[in-house]
Amino acid sequence: MALDEIKIGGLGASRRRVEDNRFIRGKGNYIDDIVLPGMLHMEILRSPLAHARIRSIDASAAWAIPGVRMVLTGEMLAARNLAWMPTLSYDTQAVLATDKVRFQGQEVACVVADDPYIAKDGCEAIVVDYEPLPPIVNPTQAKAPDAPLIRDDKTGQDSNVVFDWEVGDREGTDRAFAEADVVSTIEMHYPRSHPSPIEACGSIADFNRATSKLTVYMTTQAPHIIRAAVALVAELPEHMIRIVSPDLGGGFGNKVPVYPGYVVSILASILLERPVKWIEDKSGNLISTGFGRDIYLKGEMALRNDGRILGVRMHTDSDHGAFFSDAQPSKFKVGLMHSAFSCYDIGAAHLTAQGVYTNKAPGGVAYRCSFRVTEAMFFQERMVQAAASDLGMDQAEFRRINLVRDDDFPHRTPWGFLTDSGQYGKCLDLGLEAIGYEDFLRQKEEARRRGRLLGIGISTMTEPLGAGNSREYDILGIKMFDSAELKVHMTGKALLRTGAKTQGQGHETTWAQIVAHELGIPAEDVLVEEGDTDTAPFGMGTYASRSTPVAGAAVAMVSRKIRAKARRIAAHLLEVSEEDIEWELGRFSVRGAPDRGVTIQECAIAAYSNMPDGMEPGLENNAYYDPPNLTWPFACYIATVEVDPETGVWDVLRVVAVDDCGVRINPMIVEGQIMGGLTEAYAMANMQFITFDEDGNCIGSNYMDYLLPTAWETPGFELHEVVTPCPHHPIGAKGIGECATVGGPAAFVNAVIDAIGDAGVRNIDMPLLPDRVHEAITAGHDVSGAPPVKTEP
Amino acid sequence: MYPSRFRYEAPATVAEAIALLADANGEAKILAGGQSLIPMMKLRFAAPAMLIDINGIAGLDYHHPDADGTYRIGALCRHADLEKSAALAASQPTMAAAAPVVADPLVRTRGTLVGSLCHADPQGDWASVMVSLGGSIVAQGPNGRRSIAVNDLIDGPFQTVLAADEIAVEAVVPAAIGTRAGGYLKLERRVGDFATVGVAVSAEMSGATVSRAGIGLTGVGPATINAAEAAGSLVGTSLDGDALDTAAQLAAEAAQPRSDHRGSADYKRHVVATFVRRIGEQIQRSGQEAA
Repeated sequence: MALDEIKIGGLGASRRRVEDNRFIRGKGNYIDDIVLPGMLHMEILRSPLAHARIRSIDASAAWAIPGVRMVLTGEMLAARNLAWMPTLSYDTQAVLATDKVRFQGQEVACVVADDPYIAKDGCEAIVVDYEPLPPIVNPTQAKAPDAPLIRDDKTGQDSNVVFDWEVGDREGTDRAFAEADVVSTIEMHYPRSHPSPIEACGSIADFNRATSKLTVYMTTQAPHIIRAAVALVAELPEHMIRIVSPDLGGGFGNKVPVYPGYVVSILASILLERPVKWIEDKSGNLISTGFGRDIYLKGEMALRNDGRILGVRMHTDSDHGAFFSDAQPSKFKVGLMHSAFSCYDIGAAHLTAQGVYTNKAPGGVAYRCSFRVTEAMFFQERMVQAAASDLGMDQAEFRRINLVRDDDFPHRTPWGFLTDSGQYGKCLDLGLEAIGYEDFLRQKEEARRRGRLLGIGISTMTEPLGAGNSREYDILGIKMFDSAELKVHMTGKALLRTGAKTQGQGHETTWAQIVAHELGIPAEDVLVEEGDTDTAPFGMGTYASRSTPVAGAAVAMVSRKIRAKARRIAAHLLEVSEEDIEWELGRFSVRGAPDRGVTIQECAIAAYSNMPDGMEPGLENNAYYDPPNLTWPFACYIATVEVDPETGVWDVLRVVAVDDCGVRINPMIVEGQIMGGLTEAYAMANMQFITFDEDGNCIGSNYMDYLLPTAWETPGFELHEVVTPCPHHPIGAKGIGECATVGGPAAFVNAVIDAIGDAGVRNIDMPLLPDRVHEAITAGHDVSGAPPVKTEP
Repeated sequence: MYPSRFRYEAPATVAEAIALLADANGEAKILAGGQSLIPMMKLRFAAPAMLIDINGIAGLDYHHPDADGTYRIGALCRHADLEKSAALAASQPTMAAAAPVVADPLVRTRGTLVGSLCHADPQGDWASVMVSLGGSIVAQGPNGRRSIAVNDLIDGPFQTVLAADEIAVEAVVPAAIGTRAGGYLKLERRVGDFATVGVAVSAEMSGATVSRAGIGLTGVGPATINAAEAAGSLVGTSLDGDALDTAAQLAAEAAQPRSDHRGSADYKRHVVATFVRRIGEQIQRSGQEAA
């Protein structure tokens, strides 16, 4: 009798998350829960100014405070060649400022003390003499001919431009535009946002002089990359470095980079020979660590009157802050911006991109998106709405005409990506049916006659998730594959470790389900561990929706290796040849004699007690998986809104989401990911941004200014699914973690623009704050550009 | 949370609290709900030498109407107590409208109305409500008690006229002439956000006619704004469209908003006018329904 896969917690089981047992009981083990004997505490002094020369730092008063053990400054670090560190994008970043401060919140000094209160007192006692310099807070200022040079530390850097980049077919695209009946253009800004995990960053460095071993507990999404980086930066032998990423209170991309706090805590531990704990506060996290977005777009579409897209031209200006520290593959300067329009058959395409330095926090991490894909898909869907509107076409119909058809796969995009599967039309139709599209359009017209403004916004997109393959994807040159190691114990229970690192995604639950699916070992019998570089196999960590596509695939592959060995053991136990063995979930039997069989658990004990002659004992293996392609989930998000014409306040009426992420391992967790993503999408569309005043002061340095939506205002979401298995993934799964964050914002913005469309407005930049919507309605013009922060009375 | 070092005292009586205040010589802060003070101490924006926790003082958590309709709110009465109060809902429409939109449910559980008035944040909701109602506080010091109109209490942003050795023990809303009507509307970007604009309109009605009115504005000036001229223009009217337009216009002119990341100054003025009109219409409608 075959096992019931759902009952053993296999593929498709909405199994409760095993990690929640400890989280909801307050028994998680987060960085600040870890206490080591003799541990000291470190606090960072940050720059109050966005751009200033440091004349002097006087730390004598801090040293004099009882309980202060050490004050570290840039000068001290420079003496050890540690004042600067490499970023994930081949730039350099100041660990502690030496010459200048280049953004508000930059790390200037660190105080190590007996307790955190004293460390903070110590920071307050340090006197820094700054000579203010003019700050630069946007690309226009950065590129002005007389702009002050931010990176005067870099030889050969004579402007504030970080890079110029180009991809696509310039001539072919020019030809498409020459043939166009209509050219649709739009300009917009995707504002700076922040991943803002509930737990900020932190580390505990513990250097043991006697063993020469450095152990660092650290909030990181990619512990193995950190180990390599620490080895290179601190010039320590890699085998004597152990990085442990404990339970993480969210990451969302924020915990991929290396931050100065980590580095200084390590140095302090080496110098003091005691464990040193650094726990970042929330403001420190918001003002200094990896942000997301902050890109300007000029988009153009060449259109034919019948609705076909002939070509697309995009130019982006990205604001990278003081140091270019995006986390993205080294080949792609603005990440995967050129994955825009992958779901449409668009003819020719050309992208130019320029990045600049500004006096703002560095980062440009992909906040819950694969390497700038969020911006690409947002721009795409806003351009699509403008194009349909310019052609006088229905939003849904315009998409239907241009979406890649089911029989066109595999489809090569003009920018070179290969999309391999999907049922785009089916997803769109399902979404339209669920929202009651035609009915809503009638309601909208009727409401308009009574002075009420209703609107509907559609966003359809496919996105590239799950880097690698290793041919094209790397971090600092390290190829993007991933790994899994499975140890089946004598009693049939198992320990699984991967090179990924869960931050709330539920790996401890879903990886066990893949093992259950492949081996028939109940999911509850599989313990999943991640995050300790001394025990986990080498992997690239968790971000870019890559865990299921890459590490998840490795889990399936290592399970299959185990099954292959178990099959040989089964043949031995059943005294038949391997060819005569049949597999059903959890059990091998003899072909033609199904009653004669052994379970996977019986094979496990035999692997340690009764293996065939010549076979290595044990039932353990590992797998390194390099995917042949990215995975391409598809999503259709539709939102309806009502706008109050008097105040510009808008309310969401309904949100329908249709997601096709291939085979769903744990549907409940998938739905949780989608709901979380839609919540973030709503936040970015409605309320959330980090802006800067003209002096470079960060507006958004705390949760009174940087708004996370609560249950109170977050709308309800209606979820639907279509399943098109990924053709190359071992179990047919595609990435899902980021889809709704990526595709969601445009649905809300398109809905508001649709509601006020009669005013002749094409664009309002996010967040669509009431005053911006009100201005668009009353003045009848676009409201674009970074939201201004004026200081006039 | 790692604030600066401070001395903590938890007196059992108001008299002891006053003695401690005198002792601290202006360097003490009263801790009631702590929903503004504690975050400021966490950020070290506030570093009081002494914290006088009054939560152990018995008999300050009341709120009730007197026989003549005067409404009294003790210094330890929480926002949530007011939000859930049937007595308040029955007699104080402006306050009842404001109570559920003060901050968020967590803050409302701890925070106090009197503490909010003393904090004198221009974005505090209660000060506008109290200004519209002609409310006052009772301050107690070494020489006894005195009454201070909320309109006079607030001296500027985060500043009051309370002496260093005085403690606000009670807020008082005077009895109405006729029927009390009113409302509070607040534009916020998210629950718990400070008001982009908040408008309190209170009216005392003799039949359909306004006999006394007050308008307080939140978040549109360096301190709570008493739009007295706008309120005065409503007296004697029946809140008809023209009267509301006039009051809305005058209230918008009384506002002194700044352009910031919550919205432009012009927009905020526009919302002040819109809210004055909307509350007025609501009072007028409910008056008609009652009649």
